[in-house]
Amino acid sequence: MEGDAPLLISARDLTKSYVLGEQTVHALRGVSFDVKPGEFVAIMGPSGSGKSTLMNMIGALDQPTSGNMAINGHEISQMNSDELADLRNSTIGFVFQQFNLLRRTTALDNVKLPLLYSKRRPENLNKAAAEKLELVGLGSRMDHQPSQLSGGQQQRVAIARALVNSPHLILADEPTGALDTETSAEIMRLFKTLNAGGLSIVIVTHEPDVAAHAKRLIRVRDGRIVEDRPTADGEITHSMQPASGVNAA
Amino acid sequence: MNLQQEVEFLRVALNALRLNKMRSALTALGIIIGVASVIVMAAIGNGAQQQVQERIASLGARVVSVNPGSIRVGGRSTGGGGGAPFSEKDLRAIKEGIPEVASATGQLSGSVSVVFGAANWSTQVSGVHADYQDVKPWPLTAGRFFTADEVSQGAKVAVVGTTVVNEVFAGEEPVGQTVRINNIPFEVIGVLKSKGSTGMTDADDTVMVPLSTARSRLVGRRYSTVPDTVGSISLRISDGYELPRVMADISTLMRKQRRIKEGETDNFSVMNFAQFAEAQAETQKTIGYLLATTAAMSLVVGGIGIMNIMLVSVTERTREIGLRMAVGARPFDVLAQFLTEAIMLCIAGGLTGLALGTGITIAIAMVLKWTVAIGVGTVVMAIAVSAAVGIIFGFVPARRAARLNPIDALRYE
Repeated sequence: MEGDAPLLISARDLTKSYVLGEQTVHALRGVSFDVKPGEFVAIMGPSGSGKSTLMNMIGALDQPTSGNMAINGHEISQMNSDELADLRNSTIGFVFQQFNLLRRTTALDNVKLPLLYSKRRPENLNKAAAEKLELVGLGSRMDHQPSQLSGGQQQRVAIARALVNSPHLILADEPTGALDTETSAEIMRLFKTLNAGGLSIVIVTHEPDVAAHAKRLIRVRDGRIVEDRPTADGEITHSMQPASGVNAA
Repeated sequence: MNLQQEVEFLRVALNALRLNKMRSALTALGIIIGVASVIVMAAIGNGAQQQVQERIASLGARVVSVNPGSIRVGGRSTGGGGGAPFSEKDLRAIKEGIPEVASATGQLSGSVSVVFGAANWSTQVSGVHADYQDVKPWPLTAGRFFTADEVSQGAKVAVVGTTVVNEVFAGEEPVGQTVRINNIPFEVIGVLKSKGSTGMTDADDTVMVPLSTARSRLVGRRYSTVPDTVGSISLRISDGYELPRVMADISTLMRKQRRIKEGETDNFSVMNFAQFAEAQAETQKTIGYLLATTAAMSLVVGGIGIMNIMLVSVTERTREIGLRMAVGARPFDVLAQFLTEAIMLCIAGGLTGLALGTGITIAIAMVLKWTVAIGVGTVVMAIAVSAAVGIIFGFVPARRAARLNPIDALRYE
């Protein structure tokens, strides 16, 4: 069965090292995994584990020192910066911890942004952007600027922006890091709904509560994958994280 | 790049400039001053060029005038009587001694009153030789100019300018009429074509008569110390000779004629009006060049200001750049966005400078009475120059933005 569906992400023996002063830092020390279309993956790990580096590679923002990284069948080490930009534009929708919306720019214009750089632009940009805002429940706030929106609403705008170009993958970096518990839960429900619709999602987080919403957990430590297994929704907190089990209880 | 994207960049650029109104205005100041200087410079330069061409056309590029009296400034003023008037002898000497002289005429001028019927008009009379028409051609609208024979006979014939025609003949056909000039009857034989008023003097308010007649009957008494006086002399120099050399030859000849000893200053002048006009235009041009230097320096300083503020803007908006790259902006898209912003800032400054420069130019024209001219070319150039400054000085910051690493840019605090 695995051979039938084309892989969305195919990582093989990824390594990444930086030279910092006289030291060489090995951020990744041989990471291999696949993500098939429709998966909902949480990547967890403490800071310094290499999960950010891994996320940058999945986002076609960074190149491995060695190994192969293919996104939707495209080997990123063989692409130039323009091709990488097109890949990010057409294949990946980014969601960030700090939302990264353009200030003093309406929600609608923020959502439109990826379309401006797109090669397959819809005829009516405003219509396309408005549809996505309605999808995330912000149909009535299209003319609001980020400063007039709550954190949760801003993150919804960011998600609408990630969705606007019909990507194959949503790549979210600590998407609830700046939000309160209740709002976090709302955002995660939104992700689940999107995933239920067939969209692949990869979330990088250090919060077990958040990771619990995913269907598969990849745990990274010291530049290696130490765990890669499916989760039963909501059960991960108890089975995997004894330390934070207190919070969940 | 496409239209929709470019419109969006323009909007983003306008927004960015509007958010920092004061900063944008101060930054654009260098461009404003630079472009204003360019406008003023070009207006003065064009005006000078236009003026010199008009003057040369009206004075004759190869006409040399020889006048009695020194025109030195400073020291004593020799006045009109500083040197004795020229005579027919001097004119003949020049004609015979200077082969480059194609034609020559004397000119003896004075004020007279012209009476016809009840009309009485005070005007300027010029006694000239028949060759006047060869030296300084002045077309006629009716009748004819007088001949060399009429000049040698002292015929009482007159050619009148249009102002005199209008004032004296009141609609009657002048040619063939007899007018009294200083109470002496003259037959009007021709009408000069109007030259139009040039500033304060009205060239058409004139009567021309044979020089011999003017001398013996109208204005000769003023020059009674010299027999056969011709007043001043105008010469046309044949094409192909260098004017300064011919003028020097004329000076040497006249010194001999007037027996001026070695070391003594000339008591006459040899001038070419076209050169005179050129000299004045040269002054204007020099001022124009000074302004051009100011303009160039101001544009460079302004450009550095633009570069500085754009670098600040790139730094301030590092996260925005990172985000744009993450959602698919190619390096070229980022470059184009920031270049657009720099160019818009410069063009806004350029347009303001254009308005300012036009104002200054109008003020100069009114106060200094200089001829100025702002052409479409100047306006286009001013805008093109501002855009060019934007491109040149906006490029470095825009390239820095385009070369940002998206990962670092996204994490920038």
